[in-house]
Amino acid sequence: MKTRPSIRHHLNDALLMSYAAGHLSEAFGLVVATHVTLCDECRARLESFEALGGAVIEAEDEAAISTEALARMMARLDVPVVSAPPKAARKTTLPAPVAAYVGGDLDAVKWRAVGGGVRQAILPTGRKATVRLLHIPAGQAVPDHGHRGTELTLVLRGAFRDATDRFGPGDLEIANEDLAHKPVAEAGEDCICLAATDAPLRFVGLMPRLLQPLFRI
Amino acid sequence: MMTSSFVPFADAAGSVRLYGGPTQAASGHDKGTIRVALDETDWSALMLAVRDGRDRAAFAALFRHFAPRLKSYLMKSGANATKAEDCVQDVMATVWHKAAQFDPERAAVSTWVYTIARNRMIDMMRRERRPEPEAMPWNEEAEPDQADVYAAAEDSRILSAALAELPEKQRHLIQRAFYGDLSHSEIALETGLPLGTIKSRIRLALDRLRAKITES
Repeated sequence: MKTRPSIRHHLNDALLMSYAAGHLSEAFGLVVATHVTLCDECRARLESFEALGGAVIEAEDEAAISTEALARMMARLDVPVVSAPPKAARKTTLPAPVAAYVGGDLDAVKWRAVGGGVRQAILPTGRKATVRLLHIPAGQAVPDHGHRGTELTLVLRGAFRDATDRFGPGDLEIANEDLAHKPVAEAGEDCICLAATDAPLRFVGLMPRLLQPLFRI
Repeated sequence: MMTSSFVPFADAAGSVRLYGGPTQAASGHDKGTIRVALDETDWSALMLAVRDGRDRAAFAALFRHFAPRLKSYLMKSGANATKAEDCVQDVMATVWHKAAQFDPERAAVSTWVYTIARNRMIDMMRRERRPEPEAMPWNEEAEPDQADVYAAAEDSRILSAALAELPEKQRHLIQRAFYGDLSHSEIALETGLPLGTIKSRIRLALDRLRAKITES
């Protein structure tokens, strides 16, 4: 059995349910899938929400189905399906869902400096929300920022602290507009996070705000 | 392997078999011919007959049950009738071709079918990638644990009952979340009450899954 970090900060029901329902944005979905990869408890909760989806199906009305639907279906059973051969899972230090978006392991991440020694890499997703990897040097702070929407920050390596608590590997911080926070990476180890927002961050200082359009943070 | 969940062939099955054509002979590892349980409401037994016996009659019975419900769900989620029916065909084709992945210890048939439908719907309607958790190394012991098979089906029954017992307004909130009518922030604001009721009923499922996962 894999040793897993002891995770203290988890997904909430709304995010799990929205993901189980298939309606969470791709960027948020990546954070949920990554946390679930690391957290057995949230995996079990997710599977319960999927079972609830099954119950919703069972409770559905029976829509009229065209008369030839069953015949069409049965005729299709003998048509062989060509499915892509399963990709050999390469062992990566990044959790598998993140590695799939990076297209490799940590060394494949295309970092860009955003000031204060902090680096980021925006991952390609649908536009409703954005997700990026953040590299915060040990002891460094991410510029003070508030949020208009929801921000999810999942720690992949190292740890950070803000006014609310400490967040270590696997921990997820769910921040809404009420929380203006200044995450600081713990001394000793650089902190790597996966962070998603459904609205642009609001930096408190003037300079970072001017830089915002340039860096899409 | 597939023993206790099967009951001898019942003649109620006749009408079902009309659609399915001849059932393929049982694979060698079972004694005698498998005549599947064709109690049409035992979805798990029917699904195992599809998985292990490639039983077309059992598949037709599953199609008759799930296709109209899936179509209804897909239309409420925003698909038109034609698209919904095409999607149902794709989903049920996946049920047939990927039957080997059905694990009754892990999920009830309705849960498994639901996840296939949800994934197909995302692929059809959103054209985005669909981030998925890394698959767990599941504890695949040779003999399926019948207690777990029973528990998975039982959990699903309990959830269905819990959903049915909710006041209509609350049940509708849960359904709307699955149709995509509520954002995650709206789910957080509006579904607290019904989710509380439902969660008080699914604790069993959580414990079972947690135990199952950590065994591996």
